[in-house]
Amino acid sequence: MTVHVSPPDAALDPAPLLSIARVSRFYGERIGCADVSFELWPGEVLGIVGESGSGKSTLLRCLAGIDRPDAGEVLFRGSGQPLDIYSVAEQERRRLMRTAWGIVHQNPRDGLRMDVSAGGNVGERLMDRGDRHYGQIRERALDWLARVEIAGERMDDRPRQFSGGMQQRLQIARVLVSEPKLVFMDEPTGGLDVSVQARLLDLLRVLVRDLGLAAIIVTHDLAVARLLTDRLMVMKDGHVVEQGLTDQVLDDPHHAYTQLLTSAVLSV
Amino acid sequence: MNAHPTLDTDDTRPAYNYAYLDEQTKRMIRRALLKAVAIPGYQVPFGSREMPLARGWGTGGIQVTAAIIGPADTLKVIDQGADDTTNAVSIRRFFERTADARTTEATGEATIIQTRHRIPEAPLSAGQIMVYQVPQPEPLRKLEPHEAETRKMHAWAEYGLMQVKLYENIARFGEVTTTYDYPVMVNGRYVMAPSPIPKFDNPKMHMSPALQLFGAGREKRIYALPPHTSVRSLDFDDHPFRIQSWSQPCGLCGASDSYLDEVITDDKGGRMFVCSDSHHCETRREAGHRGEMLGDAAALHLVEEIKP
Repeated sequence: MTVHVSPPDAALDPAPLLSIARVSRFYGERIGCADVSFELWPGEVLGIVGESGSGKSTLLRCLAGIDRPDAGEVLFRGSGQPLDIYSVAEQERRRLMRTAWGIVHQNPRDGLRMDVSAGGNVGERLMDRGDRHYGQIRERALDWLARVEIAGERMDDRPRQFSGGMQQRLQIARVLVSEPKLVFMDEPTGGLDVSVQARLLDLLRVLVRDLGLAAIIVTHDLAVARLLTDRLMVMKDGHVVEQGLTDQVLDDPHHAYTQLLTSAVLSV
Repeated sequence: MNAHPTLDTDDTRPAYNYAYLDEQTKRMIRRALLKAVAIPGYQVPFGSREMPLARGWGTGGIQVTAAIIGPADTLKVIDQGADDTTNAVSIRRFFERTADARTTEATGEATIIQTRHRIPEAPLSAGQIMVYQVPQPEPLRKLEPHEAETRKMHAWAEYGLMQVKLYENIARFGEVTTTYDYPVMVNGRYVMAPSPIPKFDNPKMHMSPALQLFGAGREKRIYALPPHTSVRSLDFDDHPFRIQSWSQPCGLCGASDSYLDEVITDDKGGRMFVCSDSHHCETRREAGHRGEMLGDAAALHLVEEIKP
């Protein structure tokens, strides 16, 4: 049930950014995710959809270096040779997590420092990599806040004083400021109302296109997947049941579960 | 019915070992100290003992001192820079009783100086040992509550977060407002909490010829600065580290280059600035330096006026 398609700019960069081979993670007897393999090319946006408990977030945590999978390997090609992120030292993996990729959590509280100002939140990654010029850090932070549509005058406010949508945008700025090649997003629009979701999606689409980012977006919302992703992977009970181009999967679902999923969407 | 052995009243052995701690404990602390000296700025865990002093009153410093003191040592103890505060007096008396230590208030005469809050104004010399009482040895604690995480951050020198704290200060107040326990980078490797000394004293730690030992009793950590170790206060390129300065000199001795405490003198807004290092101030007065308010203070018998 695997459809092979050329990624958007495969001709420009023939090597995949991320290669996942037979990744499995178990919680005791229970399966988190099993035997997942795929490749992600630079500049590509991959969606992972499926119902709650289908192993989407588990897979994402394995890919992002948070949880070590019980089997399989995750190869990341930052520059030069592909690197198995779980065979390198933890120190190197942590460095990659801070610089080469970023994670946008579903709950902004997991991704932000709630008692540090918005500017400090965005500037942290710059200071992590050794920037020591206050003025320049502030300038970069201000620039990024503007790009995620947060007013400059809110720069010294804490995330607590922000609305849910603003917190989510701040989290995105905090991740993107270090110019990662890859962004993982776990339900980036979860818990936001529809109009705020629309703005956030618009913003994400522009950022991903402008920066040529590769992204993996976990969502249970098919509309989000349709809008943002190039390619889609459908998960059920820890297994990938179908993958292919987003439009293809959504308009012509082959697997019975995908058919159920697409027909379950309310159209207003 | 004589199950309880009676105490031998002729036993002249002292109730406590020399310098209070038993020899095994001292050995354990010395091992931690050696490791701390070998890795400047690294926090070495040690088995902190119960001391006849409340936790937070200097149990870490007192254990370090007890482990290194010998009959030939001369001890000086300061609290807030002063030799005559309650805590300083009682710790000094503790070692007089348990270690037959000679004690002094003169910085130059001391071989061991146990301190909280200050480094003496008089320059330290080779052969002297500074012992700091540290309440919170972990400089990252307020930023990262997990011990497992802060240890990783130290292990891999991930110190961006410390800089975030300084950033927040500048963003909110226009300057770094941390004035005590100001984080320092030791030997280009470990970020260290210099215990609650004012940042005024931070430059004194840099390349000091004296050995500096830090003991945190409640937190069970020991760390150290060997002589001639580089100690750099963290800052930003465009907001360099600066020490405090005062608009007026010491009211008693006229010193303009020492750390001053503000003392309220009445309920009508009267105040004066005096050296926090009491021995430094007295030495200067004996040498004939007179501050503007020395006469007033002497009239109130707050200080003895020394006739030159």
